[in-house]
Amino acid sequence: MEALILLVPVSLLLGALGLVGFLWALRSRQYDDLEGAAARILFDDQPGKDPPP
Amino acid sequence: MTDLKLPLIAEAPQSAAACVHCGAALAPGQGRFCCTGCEAAYGLVRGLGLDAFYRRREAADGALRPEAAPPVFDALPLIREDADDVKALDLMISGLTCGACVWLVEQALAAEPDVIKARVAFSTRRLDLRWRGAPSRGNDLIALLSRLGFRLAPYTPACMRATEDAEGRALIRALGIAAFGAMNVMLVSIAVWVGEDMGAHTREFMHWLAALIGLPTVLVAGMPFYRSAAAALRAGRVNMDMAVSLGVLATAGMSLVETFRNGPYTWFDGATALLALLLAGRVLDRAARRKARQAVAEVLALQDGMVALLAGDGTTRLVPVASVEAGQALQIAAGEALRLDGRAQVETLLDTAAITGESLPRGFAAGVALPAGAVNMGAPFTLEVTAPARDGSLAAMARLLEAAEQSKGRFVSIADHAARYYVPIAHAIAAATFLLWWVGFGALWQEALVNAVCVLLITCPCGLAIAVPAVQVVANGALFKRGVLVASATALERLGEADCAVLDKTGTLTEGRPVLIPEGQDAAVLRDAAGMARASRHPLAKALLRACPEAPLMEGTREVPGQGLQAGTARLGSPAFCDVAGFSDGMVLVYRAGADAAPVMFRFADRLRADAPQAVADLKALGLPVELLSGDGPGAVAAAAKAAGIAVWQAEADPRAKAAHIESLKQAGRKPLMVGDGINDAAALAAAHVAASPAGATDLAQTTADIVLQREGLAMLPDAIRLARRAQILARQNIGFSLAYNVIAVPAAIAGLVNPLIAALVMASSSLIVIGNALRAGRA
Repeated sequence: MEALILLVPVSLLLGALGLVGFLWALRSRQYDDLEGAAARILFDDQPGKDPPP
Repeated sequence: MTDLKLPLIAEAPQSAAACVHCGAALAPGQGRFCCTGCEAAYGLVRGLGLDAFYRRREAADGALRPEAAPPVFDALPLIREDADDVKALDLMISGLTCGACVWLVEQALAAEPDVIKARVAFSTRRLDLRWRGAPSRGNDLIALLSRLGFRLAPYTPACMRATEDAEGRALIRALGIAAFGAMNVMLVSIAVWVGEDMGAHTREFMHWLAALIGLPTVLVAGMPFYRSAAAALRAGRVNMDMAVSLGVLATAGMSLVETFRNGPYTWFDGATALLALLLAGRVLDRAARRKARQAVAEVLALQDGMVALLAGDGTTRLVPVASVEAGQALQIAAGEALRLDGRAQVETLLDTAAITGESLPRGFAAGVALPAGAVNMGAPFTLEVTAPARDGSLAAMARLLEAAEQSKGRFVSIADHAARYYVPIAHAIAAATFLLWWVGFGALWQEALVNAVCVLLITCPCGLAIAVPAVQVVANGALFKRGVLVASATALERLGEADCAVLDKTGTLTEGRPVLIPEGQDAAVLRDAAGMARASRHPLAKALLRACPEAPLMEGTREVPGQGLQAGTARLGSPAFCDVAGFSDGMVLVYRAGADAAPVMFRFADRLRADAPQAVADLKALGLPVELLSGDGPGAVAAAAKAAGIAVWQAEADPRAKAAHIESLKQAGRKPLMVGDGINDAAALAAAHVAASPAGATDLAQTTADIVLQREGLAMLPDAIRLARRAQILARQNIGFSLAYNVIAVPAAIAGLVNPLIAALVMASSSLIVIGNALRAGRA
């Protein structure tokens, strides 16, 4: 049972990390265009142009 | 007169060949492209090395055809200047069909050396464009996209409102929190449920852990429900969210008490899981309706624009419509729509189809009032504005709409109906249970409270609360796949209830544009005439060109506004213009190759949509008597009614008459379904029990309609009604099931036979059954 002292906080921490990640993604508007993101992943960018400095 | 052996020139091309760029069907004799615009666009795409686009896209339906003269707007006033010489521009981009289009736009822009960022949001149609250098490059980039066949408009505040979905984001946030809470509480709770040999201290630790996660989750993630319940309470109503709120809070409160007492079980898991489930339903429901709003906003943005204000010194500048005052002068280009009421000092030729339903443009004498919404078919002219946008005829129409829409707002959905009776009864029973055990049987108040909470838990209408939304989510999704947008939350219910249908003629029952009647004209003559017609925007000239789309422009053609076209001695125009007597002007064009050549007649008709008779028959089979209500003349209306198989029709109905007719139907206890596309139909659409507008309807009609058909034709309408009715049946079944389950479970709970664990289990199973039943709504 002593293991719980360690495992429970660890599991909670990991869960909370996931939640924070989700809230961050939501706040930075990554959920605004789900369709576009789903489509965009299928296509490669054109090579060539240098990334802007 | 008709020579049947000659090919039917006006028939749509039957060849399977499609334009390489836009995908539109090709006429016989055309090579790989339907028009020079598409050829140029294809060259552009290949030149950029982006031709993978053609392999990757999912659908090409002709939407990507570049317009010969795209509506230009000056982007300069919209450009924002950021630090470091970076220019930023937000645009609404129309014509995106799939991810490949997004890719094409982004890559084509990225290939420009000075573009820093070009990102398209597919679901909001918003293009975020940033570049370094001169502001005028913005117009170049817009021109580049126009050449590819995309249409652009300023990203107006109206677009922003439609896409800014703060409430939707709050729902997603609540769902994320609820899902996180539910899963983590479950970890702890399962240990308690199965760990019978667990020591009392460990159990207490687990309870506190569950409370630590569960309580904040319930408080934060439940906010959408608490807010809605509080709002309803303030308005003196009850709704389903009240029952949900009370159930969830009672469960959480009860669990907290058990945690303090270190009782055998807590129920934070049930409360959080219920919230997650309900929120998921809300999020899906909202996403479906957001798509519909989006489509409407796209239409609005394309049509809402800037007008060219004529200054005293003869120069023009583009200003927003709303800023124009009476007395100012606007420059109206050929083909431009009048956005304000006004007068002109010259004779004008206007297409008023959108306002009155008349199928052909007509001349307006100098000085008469010109209605906003009409399209200039003649030469450019100066419009003297008589009323600003807020007082104009379009605004008057909008006020008419508002009045009518308020009556629609009183519609009580089936779920609210159920809640109105259900909530007070459920809460009264719970209170009675508590009193019965505490006072009646003299039990401890804690024990009495447990039984009362069990009643609340069991009556917590999770089955009932998702009974209707689940069905609507599935049905709206199924309709969306078929190209039917459901714009309002109760539209599906109202569509299912409709018991008679009123159709508009021009643009609804018919295609809304004239089509050449094939009468065996010589193909070479048709080609020459169509070549002249290419120079004009007149609907008949356009129809002639559609009959022979490959005809090259005849050099030297010039337009005599309101009369016809002239190229050397060749003439194409009204019978009077070509010196042919004995014909009244109408849906007729006459062509003379030279002053002495024999005149050739081209007659046109506004053709019935191919699927109209079938759709009318289907509507009748569904038990909806069909009426035709049109602003056009009796002859045309009677003919269309006969061809479509409609017995009851009324002609020359103005917007007020149309709305009045719908009102009279409602007075008679009917629930009319109105289908219309014009500005003149908008009031009737708003007044109707449920309203639909076909593809290509005017913006006002689309925003007023509850249901927007996105594909050509009316064929989807009967299907949509069938699906709506089926959804109604399933919603009723679900409500019935939830109630029946309560009737059995509540007496058991009052008797104290049910502990909260069993209550939660039974509750979850009822939700699953309801959801499973709702899934059947997708199959029509």
